[in-house]
Parts: sequence; structure tokens; C-alpha cells
Amino acid sequence: MSGATPTRTPAPAWLRPATLADALAARAAHPDWLVVAGGTDVMVGSTRRPEPPGVLDLFGLAELSAITEGPDGLCVGAGATYAALLRHPTVRDRFPCLHEAAREVGALQIQARGTLGGNVQTSSPVGDTLPPLLALDAEVEVASAARGPRRVPYAAWITSYRKTALATDELLVAVHLPWPAPGTRQRWRKVGTRKAQAISKVMLAATARLEGDGPGRPGTIAHARVALGAVADRPVRLPTVEALLVGASPDPALAERVREAVRAAITPITDVRSTADYRREVAANLVARFVLDLAAPALPGADPGAGGAP
Amino acid sequence: MKVSLVVNGAPREVEGGPLRRLLDVLREDLALTGTKEGCGEGECGACTVLIDGEPVNSCLVPLAQAAGREVRTVEALASGELLTDLQEALVRCGGTQCGICTPGIAVCATAALAREPGADRLRLRELLAGNLCRCTGYQLVIDAVAEVVARRADATDAGAAPPLPARTAPTAPGQAGPGVGSRGAAP
Ligand SMILES: Cc1cc2nc3c(=O)[nH]c(=O)nc-3n(C[C@H](O)[C@H](O)[C@H](O)COP(=O)(O)OP(=O)(O)OC[C@H]3O[C@@H](n4cnc5c(N)ncnc54)[C@H](O)[C@@H]3O)c2cc1C
Ligand code: FES
Ligand code: FES
Repeated sequence: MSGATPTRTPAPAWLRPATLADALAARAAHPDWLVVAGGTDVMVGSTRRPEPPGVLDLFGLAELSAITEGPDGLCVGAGATYAALLRHPTVRDRFPCLHEAAREVGALQIQARGTLGGNVQTSSPVGDTLPPLLALDAEVEVASAARGPRRVPYAAWITSYRKTALATDELLVAVHLPWPAPGTRQRWRKVGTRKAQAISKVMLAATARLEGDGPGRPGTIAHARVALGAVADRPVRLPTVEALLVGASPDPALAERVREAVRAAITPITDVRSTADYRREVAANLVARFVLDLAAPALPGADPGAGGAP
Repeated sequence: MKVSLVVNGAPREVEGGPLRRLLDVLREDLALTGTKEGCGEGECGACTVLIDGEPVNSCLVPLAQAAGREVRTVEALASGELLTDLQEALVRCGGTQCGICTPGIAVCATAALAREPGADRLRLRELLAGNLCRCTGYQLVIDAVAEVVARRADATDAGAAPPLPARTAPTAPGQAGPGVGSRGAAP
């Protein structure tokens, strides 16, 4: 900032809308205001940044906080906190990879405030819920006062490093998760320095459904999604790996081919948290392990090894 | 802006921009210096307070979001010199050394045990994972909290009154030294 700013800037204005309609009107009227949900991203370092002209406070807005079941899937309000996700039995039972991801975000204090919408909008390459949203074929719902709601596949939502397709008059309303087909297995793995409150070095979210499997017969893979975090400038799906999986039988030979395909598909970086080589190896191992575990009989409703580092 | 909130049971009115940190309001305006600042970035938990019963990092809570809420700080745990069973256990087990992390741990553990009175050691580690300590190596902190879990369970088994607001006097008066978090009483 230049030294020649004689006028003292007034404290920012603040609005806590009671309804989504009010929130969208305020967003349209003040596109330069800071939108705050749980504040666990925007408040970090806030005292070192210039204050915004105003604050649009969405925390606790009822229309944004609900988690509701519909015929096609689960609708998770953008304002749902990690604590709310963790308390929801349907999230735990039908979307275990999202449940497990929420469990490993931050710690109790962050889970009480941080929201799914905040994670989506911050759109960090290490955002923990983001690979699960890719693996679960999530759609985001956004809305503006002028144009109403629109839905975008999550895979198309991120436009570049930490940037999304949100327009300056729009707010994130919800994330829609289609019901996974019965028998779909899900996997979440976060590899970090410490189990809690650690930024990920690599994350995996994967889903797969087998057909024709039975005792002693692994069957073939009918559907597969493989998504990784922290290996690119944004969370990524690996279509080449998914193509290898579909139609194949989960056995050690497939796991080896998958390991190679993962290595070829990603170009992670070296930074303070890890090296490119480590990330590539760990990512390849995580996906290969998922394939090997598919050959084992499914435990009803659960990923045999959900959660924790490998 | 003027913000009304309830702090440790008393209605208060404070001033500040909407993004002013609740931590600063508590320490500077309300002289509740039991709440500590460690990292100022949500990582260490030293600034943990309860908002409507939920443990949060007060360094990440904008003042505006505390409007109309019920805030409890470490000062609200003890009654004067009388520590809670949990505070007393932290002191006696060596779960507090330099004391910077202790108010946050005491507040977070108080809320965690209210919600999960039967938490085992592994779960206690998860529940307190947002509270960093540079001194104790954590073992002694978990020892202290686990002991409280066990003692409260015994008290319940023995048909005593529900143990939640249980308060125990320190075993020896000298042990409740400064830095335990019970100083800086509400003005
Ligand atoms: C100590 C600590 C540990 C953390 N650990 C993890 C971790 O393990 N994994 C992880 O993924 N993240 C972690 N985070 C980051 C953060 O907690 C998450 O990204 C969280 O989900 C952010 O949600 P929020 O509601 O707090 O977002 P806010 O900070 O309120 O907002 C974040 C962004 O989203 C925008 N926004 C929020 N809601 C909307 C909406 N409805 N419409 C439009 N824009 C919106 C805001 O304008 C802002 O740009 C951590 C943060 C801290 C401080
Ligand atoms: S000071 Fe708030 S978490 Fe460290
Ligand atoms: S006692 Fe010193 S930081 Fe925990």
C-alpha cells in the first residue's frame, strides 16, 4: 500500500442474511464483499490483509446447512459443517469415502466451523473433500439472483489453480451426490505427516463396482472412479486408469498395470511437504492396493480398510 | 459495529470491525487473558473457547459471528480457587508444564468429555488432536484426561450424582500455580 492514504477506511459493512434469496440479493449488490462461511480459510492471515469493503456472512444460514435425501441422491448444503457431515448416518453409510475424508479434516475445532462449500470454493489442490466429490460424480449447485440456480458437474467446476467457475454474483448452494449403485465399494486414503491437522501429501478417493463376483470369483469391474489430490494443481480424476479397470478382473496382474498407469498419469511437484517421486510412488501404491482389495470379498456396507494411512 | 454476546454467563457489549478476531476481543477488551494465542492460524488450539458449547479456535472466529452467541472461556471452568476435576488432573499428572497450551486443552477436553464421556485413550487423542503442546509430549495430558474419564465412570457406577459439573479442590493448594488457566478471573 502507498503511504499517501490520508483517509481512514471505515470498518467493513457486515450482513448476515436470513434467507438464501436475501443472500443472493446481497451478493449481486456487493460482488466485492468477502463471503464468509466457517471462516477457517478466510480468517487465516486476515490481519495481514487489507480489509474487504464488506462481509457477507453465511455461517448457519438454514437453507444452506441442510443435508437432505432425495430420489436421485443426497443433497448436502454448501454450509454443512464437517461436524454435521460426520453426524449424518446416510453420509456414513452411503458415502463412506466422504465421511472418512471429513473425519480427517483438521481437528475438532476446525470440524465445528469448516464447511463443505468452503472447501469446494477454496479449491485447494489439497482440499480433502475434493477427490471424494470427483469419485462420487458430484454436481455443484450454484445460484444467482438474476439467473436462478444452475448445476455443474464437479469435474468441470475447477477451472485452474484455486479457481472455480463461480461468477461474482453467484453463491454455492449445495453439492449433489447421486446414490451409488448397490455394491459400490469406496475408498479414502489420506497420507500426511500426522493423522490430524496435517496437510495431505497425497489423497486417494476411489469407487468401484464388480459384476459377476461370488465366492472364489472376483468378477469383473463394471464401474470405476479414481481421483487423487495433492498430485496436480487441482484434484484430478485418472481416466486412463479407470479405462484399464473397467471390464477387467481385479488381480495382481491388473494391480501392476494400474501401478504403471498411475505413475504415467500424474506429474506431481516437489514442495515443503513432499517430493514428486514420493507422491508418485505413494499414489501408485494406493491405487494398486485398492485394486487388490477389490479381489477380497466385500464387507457389507464398509470399506475393509477405510481411513488411516496405508 | 457494536456486538452483543454472552461471555461466561454475563451479557457483554463490545466494539470492533466484523472481522476482528474473537480472540482479541476476549483478551484485550474483556481482559480474559486465560485464552492464549499460539499460532493465530487455527493450528495449535491454544485459543480454544466454546461457542454454544462447541470448541472453536477463537483466532479464526470473526467478531460478527459471535454476535448473540454464548461464549465460554477457560475462566468459566474453575469456581474461584476450586478447579474442575479435569484441571486438577492436568496439574497433578504433569499434563501442564509451561502452560501456554493448557487453557485450550482444558476447554477442548471439557467439551469433548461432555459429549463423549466414555472416550478411550485413542479417541481422546483424536479429540485433542487440534491442541498442540511443545512441552509434555502429550502422554501426560492423555493420562490426565483418561484418569478423569475413569473417575467419572466410577462415580456414576457408584450411583453418585451425574459427574459433569464435578469440581474437586486441588490435592495441595500449592499445585494450582499460575499458568493453569484459572487465573485472570472475569472482571
Ligand atoms: C488448522 C486448519 C486445518 C485445516 N485442515 C484441513 C484439512 O485437513 N483438509 C482440508 O481440506 N482443509 C483443511 N483446512 C482448510 C479449511 O478448514 C477448509 O477448506 C474448510 O472447508 C473451509 O470452509 P469454511 O466454511 O471455513 O470456509 P471460509 O473460510 O468461510 O471460506 C472459504 C472460501 O469459500 C468461499 N465460500 C464459502 N462458502 C461459500 C458459498 N456458499 N458460496 C460462495 N463462496 C463461498 C469464501 O468466500 C472463501 O473464498 C484447514 C484449515 C485450518 C485453519
Ligand atoms: S492461536 Fe488459534 S489455533 Fe493457534
Ligand atoms: S505445557 Fe507448554 S505447550 Fe503444553
